[in-house]
Amino acid sequence: MTTIEAPPPVKERTEPAPTPRRPRRVRALTGEEWLSLVGSALASVALVTIGYEHILDFSGTLGFLLCLYLTFMVMYAVVLSVSTPRPIVVERLVTITLWLAAAVVLFALGTTLVYTFIKGWGALVHTNFFTHDMSGVAPTAPLTQGGIFHAIVGTVIEVGIAVVISVPLGIATAVYMMEVGGKGSRLVRTVVESMTALPEILAGLFVYVVLIVEFGMAKSGLAASIAMAVTMVPIIARAGEVALRVVPGGLREASQALGATHWKTVWRIVLPSARAGLGTAVILAIARGIGETAVVLITSGASSFLTFNPTGVPMNSLPLYIYTAYTTHESNAITRAFGAASVLLIMVLALFVVMRVLLRERKSR
Amino acid sequence: MTITARPPAAPRQITAQLQPSDRLFHGAARVIGMLVLCVTGAIGLFLGYQSIPTLRHYGLSFFTTATWQPELDKIGIAAVLVGTVEVALVALVVSFPLALMFALFISDYAPRRLKSWLVTMVDLMAAVPSIIYGLWGFFLLQPQAINLARWMSQYLGFIPIFHVDTDPGAAVWQQSRYTSSAFVAGLTVAMMTIPLACAVMRAVFDQAPVAEREAATALGATRFGVARTVVLPFAKGGIIGGTMLALGRALGETAAVLIIVSPDFIIKPRILEAGTQTTSALIASNFGNATKSQLSALLTAGFVLFLITIVVNMVAATVIRRSRSGATSDI
Repeated sequence: MTTIEAPPPVKERTEPAPTPRRPRRVRALTGEEWLSLVGSALASVALVTIGYEHILDFSGTLGFLLCLYLTFMVMYAVVLSVSTPRPIVVERLVTITLWLAAAVVLFALGTTLVYTFIKGWGALVHTNFFTHDMSGVAPTAPLTQGGIFHAIVGTVIEVGIAVVISVPLGIATAVYMMEVGGKGSRLVRTVVESMTALPEILAGLFVYVVLIVEFGMAKSGLAASIAMAVTMVPIIARAGEVALRVVPGGLREASQALGATHWKTVWRIVLPSARAGLGTAVILAIARGIGETAVVLITSGASSFLTFNPTGVPMNSLPLYIYTAYTTHESNAITRAFGAASVLLIMVLALFVVMRVLLRERKSR
Repeated sequence: MTITARPPAAPRQITAQLQPSDRLFHGAARVIGMLVLCVTGAIGLFLGYQSIPTLRHYGLSFFTTATWQPELDKIGIAAVLVGTVEVALVALVVSFPLALMFALFISDYAPRRLKSWLVTMVDLMAAVPSIIYGLWGFFLLQPQAINLARWMSQYLGFIPIFHVDTDPGAAVWQQSRYTSSAFVAGLTVAMMTIPLACAVMRAVFDQAPVAEREAATALGATRFGVARTVVLPFAKGGIIGGTMLALGRALGETAAVLIIVSPDFIIKPRILEAGTQTTSALIASNFGNATKSQLSALLTAGFVLFLITIVVNMVAATVIRRSRSGATSDI
């Protein structure tokens, strides 16, 4: 008779610690990692501060930061490689480099925006800056005289005319490329695509030589608008085509199956479905057109007085005003230039906010 | 009862007869498409046609002469072409790593909450007018950058492109020898090319196949390992294409360059030294008081710029389209 030994009773597994279970944060740094990071940062700051100007005789903030970065990289790599395998060391260094790259780009953008407003503030606080023009006001005149009303009006009128010309042409071209198609459409697409990179100065030069030199048209807001439209049409057509492409094909087929003609389908179904994307395309083009300096420099002529007439007389605009004020190298004129740049920036930012709202609408549907 | 074999039924002829309204619609769309084609295409043909007299007059010396002295009938674009390429290359060298790293940061490294905000920032950066970057570059960046330029000429001056014709080690160094250079202009233009390249690269990075990313992670790759083995190889086409789009933009940039550089018509392979000129800045500063023949010379310079940018852009578009991702940019 064999006795079957009873298996030993299963021990109740006891939790080592009754703390509530929390998922470990995968990417969090441990205490040691924090120490090595902070330690090598402090060490490299100390080393570069001593070595940079006193021993190596360098100067300038940019160079200092560059040195600091390189020293830190070396130092951190050495400290890490004592305790961690190589792939982790590389990962850490890359992570820090990428964060820094992002910080550099964002810092550059931030300083651009903030610096413009700070330098322009002296002009922006005077209401006459927004309500007067510069006729009879010398570049050296105090900031309480003169203003950029004429340039604001000029920009609005010029961009307005350019929009009236380029939006129908651009969207019709997008419809032609996407909806109608045919033999010519590939050629149109190739040309339009390469024309989005056309340097703006060449569009301006084209209009200048053809309309102003050959046909004797005066330098005017209209000439600038036409040149602007030449650069805006390819942008609208290309971005508009992308917007039309994302309209589901089923909508088109359903419409045609119900007996709608092609025109009805495009007009009642496709275009309304793509309106957020088309709006974005238009705003993209306006943002481009509103800041075009080379075009207005060549075609519109800088006036110092207010005019609502886009034909026959020179018309100023914000980018052109900024450029001409800058070329005087007078400190008050430069403050005005920065004031005008702030206004231009506000216009672009406003367009930008509209675009984001449109895009959000498209995403939520 | 006999069954006579019927002749095999030929497929019924269907003739798609368009409605009159549709015929009108198609016709109108085609006409507008052709109109846009003609106007935009006309720019190239027009510039080419206008440059014939100049090329006939100056011949090949137009491309080898550096000076721009219409009064002496000595005109050439050798110097401005070199200047254009220098500014564009500086912009590219600065913007390529920054754009690549920023794009990789947005797609793979940034906290998820930040991601859409960062994408917005890139778009915003692209929307800031170039003249504002020009002011920024001249007033804020230049005083900082000349220190860096001096530093580079001091320690790297033995390389010809970093040489500056002054004593970099002097106790009171000549700051004006370092301002208005191709280097500062290139740094400023980089601000405009970074968002362009970054937008294309990020779009392609985001399309890298999720399964391959997960596979790499499951095999124990770090985030950088995933980027190196999956994302970057996948996005090679997008990286090259986006960079070339940026190059095309940098070659044609006018306003910022006009503000920063001081015109100088000698072939100057020294990027840190004051004074250079680019094709677009040449056109912008000389069109106003140009005679008929000078205008033709400017148009020829414009035609050369046109050909360069169009070729660069077409190659970029092809590379992006051919890349495995098939991503398109919407700028």
